[in-house]
Amino acid sequence: MKILGNTLYVTSQDAYLALDGENVVIQREESETRRIPLHNLDGIVTFGYTGASPALMGACAERGVVLTFLTMHGRFLARVSGTEQGNVLLRKTQYRFSDDEAQSAGIARGFITGKLFNSRWIVERAARDYPLRLDKEKLSGVSASLADAIRSLPCAETLEDIRGIEGKAATQYFSVLDDMILQQKNDFFFRSRNRRPPMDNVNAMIFFVYTLLAHDTASALETVGLDPYVGFLHRDRPGRLSLALDLMEEFRSVLADRFVLTLINTKQVNGGGFIQKENGAVLMDDDTRKTILTAWQKKKQEQITHPMLGEKMEWGLVPYSQALLLARYLRGDMDVYPPFLWK
Amino acid sequence: MEYSEEEFLSIAGLQHFAFCRRQWALAYLEMQWNENLRTAEGHILHENAHDSFSAEKRGDRIISRGMAVFSRRLGVNGVCDIVEFHASPHGVPIFGREGKWLPVPVEYKRGAPKENDADRLQLCCQAMCLEEMLLCGEIPKAYLYYGETARRTAVPLDEALRGKVAAMLSEMHELSRRKYTPRVKPAKSCNACSLKGLCLPKLCRGGSAADYLKKRLEEFS
Repeated sequence: MKILGNTLYVTSQDAYLALDGENVVIQREESETRRIPLHNLDGIVTFGYTGASPALMGACAERGVVLTFLTMHGRFLARVSGTEQGNVLLRKTQYRFSDDEAQSAGIARGFITGKLFNSRWIVERAARDYPLRLDKEKLSGVSASLADAIRSLPCAETLEDIRGIEGKAATQYFSVLDDMILQQKNDFFFRSRNRRPPMDNVNAMIFFVYTLLAHDTASALETVGLDPYVGFLHRDRPGRLSLALDLMEEFRSVLADRFVLTLINTKQVNGGGFIQKENGAVLMDDDTRKTILTAWQKKKQEQITHPMLGEKMEWGLVPYSQALLLARYLRGDMDVYPPFLWK
Repeated sequence: MEYSEEEFLSIAGLQHFAFCRRQWALAYLEMQWNENLRTAEGHILHENAHDSFSAEKRGDRIISRGMAVFSRRLGVNGVCDIVEFHASPHGVPIFGREGKWLPVPVEYKRGAPKENDADRLQLCCQAMCLEEMLLCGEIPKAYLYYGETARRTAVPLDEALRGKVAAMLSEMHELSRRKYTPRVKPAKSCNACSLKGLCLPKLCRGGSAADYLKKRLEEFS
């Protein structure tokens, strides 16, 4: 496997990133505050209107370090990408598959199988870990309907059918997300999904972590030579990382949602770290954002064994390994695309 | 038969192909190349050897670095680290120089001499290019220099080695025409391969993704 590098998160808005030799230099008010060798990095993510020098952008593109600009609240602004990695033939195959409804549905079914399988695992796991605190019947009900949805997927032939199954299952899954919050219930609750803007603390965190995950997934796809903008389940829309969103489906629950639940349940975040605007929109303060970023880095270092490859790797490399498997499937090395099915 | 420039393959690819056909295809057909320590070390070593604008003369030798060579017959091109021109009655006249000169390629390698033929094949191929470009007849021997031993070894360019170069290149051209990445039996040598993480040798063992899915989803069937 590829070596898991680090992601440099820059959260101060007055920072400027420059290149000096083989190092990224972070400058604030004309003076250098940090210096990090580029070869230690997989990616740089900046929050707020942090500036970067063209020389640094060029060096990142050349070395495959993905440089992403987000707003202070984690909304995507821009990414620097250089000449494509990999080869145009793989991308053309990807485009051909994307244009073909049957092929697209086949791959999309894989993504959604992964999503439902992993969501169900979260629910099952919670029911097993906290039998005395949770409404077991409610959870088993949701688990059973997720199992039904998984069973019905092989018969779903069109993307529309697959989206239908996925939609219903998602409603089921999110109906117990609040139950799985076991601490600080006054500050952290989940009623429904909302993100533009997030209207409660949990949605604010989930939205933020999904953005981090999308960044990692998009750069994983680029690393293996796939075009993150051309998807199978998510259709093309200018500026949308459709394939990254497709592939992310497998990891949302198992990597992002569960991560957010842990932060709340272990009290690594608290209600004081959130600000509610007059209209109800919720913002995270800088410290909470930093706490989440630090914990996210740590989460990505945790070791697991990949269920298909049987290889030990860090959680952070899971998007990469799935991207690689997808590329190998598109190239004809495999009979089906094997989604990440966690247990 | 002659190849067009469009079809030219990289001479450096020969050593990869000799090591593993799949590794060569991943690197040269799929353009997947992992920079790692070893390849980085290789770059540094080569930077010293390549300085295309220099041509030294030492006694009865001209030393030329970073010389681009090709062969239309073999359909390859590449760069020789060093080509020495030895003053020799068996040589050919070189433009701008007096006397007759015999080209002798010298290839620099990091590490120690290998057990397999990879480096010799690459070197022999360079010599075959030079023969074609200079119309100089067969170059009898060339040299490999290894960083670890800091010593050059003479490599006789015999018929067997030349035949192997030609056979390998024709197989490479065939795969290249089909843009096909072959599957290869995973071996011990996979552990030393810098592309292991991209190759996923396990997938070559014929493990089916459908079987994996079936097994994982057993409880839902």
